[in-house]
Amino acid sequence: MENRALNLLDEALGLGYQTDPWPLRGKVVLIEDCVETSGCFVLHQLLKRTLSSQSPNNTVIFLAFSHPLSHYDRILRKLGCNLVAQRENGRFFFFDMLKLLCPDEKEGRTGKGGFISLYWKIQDTICALPENNKNHVTIMIDDMSLMEVAAHGSSDHVLDFMHYCHTLTSELGCSLITLNHEDIYTSMERPAFMLQIKYLVDVFIKAEPLATGLAADVHGQLTVLNWGFCNVKGSSNNKITNFHFKVKENSVEYFYPGTRT
Amino acid sequence: MAATKTRISSFSRNISAVSAPQLPGIKCGPNGTFFVSSGIPDLDKILGGGFALGSLVMIMEDAEAPHHMLLLRNFMSQGLVQNQPLLYASPAKDPRGFLGTLPCPSSSKDEKSRNHDTEQEKGLRIAWQYKKYFSENIDDHKDSKQEFCNDFDLRKPLERHFYSGQRVDCVSIKDSPNPATLHDRCATFLAQFPRNDGNFSCMGRIAIQSLCAPQCELSNMDWDILSFIRSLKSMLRSANAVAIITFPPSLLSPSFCKRWQHMADVLLSVKAIPDEDKELGKLLTGYQDMVGFLNVHKIARINTQVPMILEATTFSIKLQKRRFIVLECLNQAPIDGSSGTSYGTSGGCSGSSKSGALDF
Repeated sequence: MENRALNLLDEALGLGYQTDPWPLRGKVVLIEDCVETSGCFVLHQLLKRTLSSQSPNNTVIFLAFSHPLSHYDRILRKLGCNLVAQRENGRFFFFDMLKLLCPDEKEGRTGKGGFISLYWKIQDTICALPENNKNHVTIMIDDMSLMEVAAHGSSDHVLDFMHYCHTLTSELGCSLITLNHEDIYTSMERPAFMLQIKYLVDVFIKAEPLATGLAADVHGQLTVLNWGFCNVKGSSNNKITNFHFKVKENSVEYFYPGTRT
Repeated sequence: MAATKTRISSFSRNISAVSAPQLPGIKCGPNGTFFVSSGIPDLDKILGGGFALGSLVMIMEDAEAPHHMLLLRNFMSQGLVQNQPLLYASPAKDPRGFLGTLPCPSSSKDEKSRNHDTEQEKGLRIAWQYKKYFSENIDDHKDSKQEFCNDFDLRKPLERHFYSGQRVDCVSIKDSPNPATLHDRCATFLAQFPRNDGNFSCMGRIAIQSLCAPQCELSNMDWDILSFIRSLKSMLRSANAVAIITFPPSLLSPSFCKRWQHMADVLLSVKAIPDEDKELGKLLTGYQDMVGFLNVHKIARINTQVPMILEATTFSIKLQKRRFIVLECLNQAPIDGSSGTSYGTSGGCSGSSKSGALDF
């Protein structure tokens, strides 16, 4: 039922046209935000969308670096999706990286050990899934900049990890959805880390505040850049979309600038 | 009119019924969060109730003025008055000496007079015939909130017995080679307040002053400090405590400064006003009473995805009678007779600080 109510974000991501195969399958999605406007809500939307889509095989592996499960559980419950129940069904795996992981402390100063074991954990989880779920896995990372902090600044280790995860997308058709903060890198001279990540990305979502400041009924604007969208019939050339949004407890309103009365 | 009166009173009764089973210093907030007071009644109001339990508050200092200390002192005093344990870390050699400068809650007599003051002040804004209802309203609120948040008199030092006991833990970060010692102190401190649902036997406050200041050796260990903040934040999430960190943003590289800001649940910045800025003085009413500006950049979003949009993000810090901290929306000097505060604010703050979005 909820799939019928398409919003602009779903359309821009191509989620409306087919649910099988899952349109984001094999894609890497990067969400960027800044201090003024948080992009977390896009992550919540995609999480809900993935878990409540028509195909019952979709599985989510969530690597939480910034918030505990209780936070996400409350938000997603308001969106109409029970994470605890999904976890019991074996469709949602929550890896709490807040406390569990400080790789450099565990494995000396390398930082790599932690991420490697994390990767193995992900792969074990995928291997343990039933056969027809294996190709419908979504890996979500809720804050990539905190991964860098966990790796003690060695962004190469984070990049390695991302490359490993990227192989999963090409081998098994997993999708990878990550959130990062854009404004951290804008002041750097050569943001090699960010450029490398962007090279992997198929879909790019950017949340920004309005140029005129915050307003009560427009919380910011989203720019969606979809590189892999061309093959879908119909609106094929429409690769960049830009619209405003307003975040509510149980939904997010998307609208084109100036179309709200 | 009678109807209004009863509605008001029943409303206040509800509040006390909800907060009654808790500790005096804790108030229920939305989405299963709990608030503790910042020690400044106006700041509590601005943030929608106070600091959420389990959140990390960061204050960006003005490099040239100690305005962040005003917020820090009131935060610490509020905790001590409510008998909450405190961990205080600072780059000073003897952090315990700082406790002598904490403000004392004003006595009831002072409070009365202050109440009276605000009544009179507010009274100017509303039609005189409603005045008596309005003042009654204020009194009600004061009564129910008395325990949650005190007014602090900056000129009276806190009585010694509040901080002489075991409840205050002081750490000097001046000579520590890395944040590990501070981290361990925080961890042992927070271990006293594990969070188990609905059971508030105790809650604690952590105040870290000028983390990363040049006088401590930590200032060139960016990643170490970042991972300290990260792990402090994750410890806070599972503890009944609130932490404030103040830091000088100008001493960090821009990209690290952004990283710090992203870590914060509540992000504030303070700024002194330049002396005798004639232009600004003409623009803003009450300029001569102001000591600085407070900017609210980020408000905690725990258990919810909805951002809280404030009408204004810049507030003036005033010292009423040189005793009490008062935060007010900026008001542009009346030109056209319209009272729109948000309009005035955005105009005012673009004149004074970089965060202004509109440039008039």
